[in-house]
Amino acid sequence: MLESRSGQRVLTGVHFMLGNYAVAEGALAAGCNFFAGCPITPANEISERMAKRLPEVGGHFLQGEDELGSIYAVVGASLAGAKAMTATASAGFNYMQEGLGYAYAIEAPCVIVDVQRCRGENFATQSDVMQMRWGASGDYEAIVLAPASVQELFDYTIRAFNLAERFRNPVIVMSETTIALMRERLEIPPAEQIEVWNRKYTELPPADYLPFKAPEYGVPDFAPLGKGYHTIYSLNPHDERGRIDWDPDVFERLYKRITGKIRENRDLICHTESYHLDDAELALIAYGSEVRPALDAAEMARDSGMKVGVLKLATVWPVPERQILEVAKQCRAVIAVEMNIGKYAGEIERVCAGVCPVHKATRNRGLIHAPEELYQFIQGVWA
Amino acid sequence: MTASVNPARRHIRPGGLPHFFCPGCGSGQVLNFFLKAVDELNLSLDNMVTIGGVGCTARIPVYLNADTLHGVHGRTLAWATGMKLHNPELKVVVFAGDGDAASIGGNHFIHAARRNLDVTMILVNNLNFAMTGGQVAPTTPLQSTTTTTPYGSSEPPFDICRLAAAAGATYVSRWTTNRAHQAVRAIKAALSHRGFSLVEIISQCPTHFGRYALGSGKAADLLNWIEERSVTLAQAEKLSDGERAERFVLGEFIKMERPVFAGSTIYEVGR
Ligand SMILES: Cc1ncc(C[n+]2csc(CCOP(=O)(O)OP(=O)(O)O)c2C)c(N)n1
Repeated sequence: MLESRSGQRVLTGVHFMLGNYAVAEGALAAGCNFFAGCPITPANEISERMAKRLPEVGGHFLQGEDELGSIYAVVGASLAGAKAMTATASAGFNYMQEGLGYAYAIEAPCVIVDVQRCRGENFATQSDVMQMRWGASGDYEAIVLAPASVQELFDYTIRAFNLAERFRNPVIVMSETTIALMRERLEIPPAEQIEVWNRKYTELPPADYLPFKAPEYGVPDFAPLGKGYHTIYSLNPHDERGRIDWDPDVFERLYKRITGKIRENRDLICHTESYHLDDAELALIAYGSEVRPALDAAEMARDSGMKVGVLKLATVWPVPERQILEVAKQCRAVIAVEMNIGKYAGEIERVCAGVCPVHKATRNRGLIHAPEELYQFIQGVWA
Repeated sequence: MTASVNPARRHIRPGGLPHFFCPGCGSGQVLNFFLKAVDELNLSLDNMVTIGGVGCTARIPVYLNADTLHGVHGRTLAWATGMKLHNPELKVVVFAGDGDAASIGGNHFIHAARRNLDVTMILVNNLNFAMTGGQVAPTTPLQSTTTTTPYGSSEPPFDICRLAAAAGATYVSRWTTNRAHQAVRAIKAALSHRGFSLVEIISQCPTHFGRYALGSGKAADLLNWIEERSVTLAQAEKLSDGERAERFVLGEFIKMERPVFAGSTIYEVGR
């Protein structure tokens, strides 16, 4: 296995950096040592940065022959012990669903960045938000983080690796053209201040090790490959020993655990941020780059005497239900803000059902909302 | 008196048998060939990762007592690529059906060969998609009847070995389940080779290919049919292109040295 080389992993300091580069730097800071990806705009700068940076620190960059080749190489590297990532954009993300499904089923940690694009090109959108949750076949729980700035692209990529390793689950970083292709201030802390979580390896000898044994909603310990542990990583239903087993009870128990390990840890996984919510009567609920105009609009509304706040969903999946419900209980109404035909708004409606009305400020034009548009929307709801 | 146990049984995953292959299927033979090669080379399965995709052939590694990846159709070499780059010490052996390797996994196949990825691929060519019920594959002989070519296949088949050679594989040979000794020898050569090594084994699927294409579900009939069409490399040289296309040309086609794929790291180039 490759050792860390002389290159600098963590570029501590203040930068004016491209969003896509910030993803790459976040990955390196989290310990990423394998990247595979296939060229696609607007994710290319992630690959290009990784191609330059990974060899400097003893890692590998692979330009996959296609997106399937890339995601499976990532899973293969992950099982071999790497912290592995791929990055793509919507059209490529479609292809990765199959590999994601395998990674969920055999519990391979990995990070997938989807820089969403629409209108066939590099226009702004959040239209993959449902594909990120439901794109792969089979049963699983997705973890999807939605950064809203270059700084958060860095921070959330680190968090994505940490959650992936801790829960043995793929984690998706939901990026967008808006922030991926923007340059902003980025502050990279000293390496020792960056919290990094690593997967847990078994301490048992091969004879006593059961590769998928874990508490009811727990995460099994890993065994290294090629050390006599004889683990089968099969997409087929498997028992604690990893043996393929078609018994309905085995199947049900496995998927209860694979989904339960995420659901039962929602409080650790789900992050939200509140702005001006203390006395708010109306709340905008937004994620990703849409948080930015939402915040501007809320502040414009405040200036006009309307008590409006913003709930930012830093974690989009699993749905931060508790936090959304708290806001719903406090407010007369909430406004779901997103850049698509109104997909996640349905989740917000589900959580708020019977508690408060949900208005939808959704748009699907390849453009981010302007603060003024959201301000007008607020005025309409407030009246 | 104790019953004698096949010494190869020690490589079988405890509780792994019985296997699910049909009576007369060639996959069990290929499993045996592989274990014989492993034993003769004194290899251990402990540092091996055996990979299968989906299909009858892909089940072979599931019976082996090694680390194993299984259950996704056609992505075997993509897994192997990530694994070998991160940990080049792992010995990786892929078992693939002809559909797995040459249809859905065709792109990964040519690129692994081009890169000279240091893995061994044992490709069991049973001339059809067996697991799914005997459909036409990119290797099915022209005009064969299958469940999806009821009027005969209108597509010429791939010559997988030539494809691999053209793409850059550094060890390529083809044998049949009829030629056990040669098949074992080829697998040994492949396992001892550094670089992308391919052993294609033409195999009988009496349940599907035999019944639909040849009108007989008897393994022996299919084995004879394969044998009648088998020619050695030397014999093939005397045939016209048209004649050769209807034969299984057996032998060692490529054996050469070329730098193996070592990935991007600037410290490992040309290793
Ligand atoms: C993505 C995907 N497509 C199709 C299938 C269905 N399927 C299962 S096995 C198989 C092919 C079997 O043919 P081959 O790879 O030649 O293996 P064999 O069973 O003949 O050994 C297919 C198409 C699948 N499991 N996954």
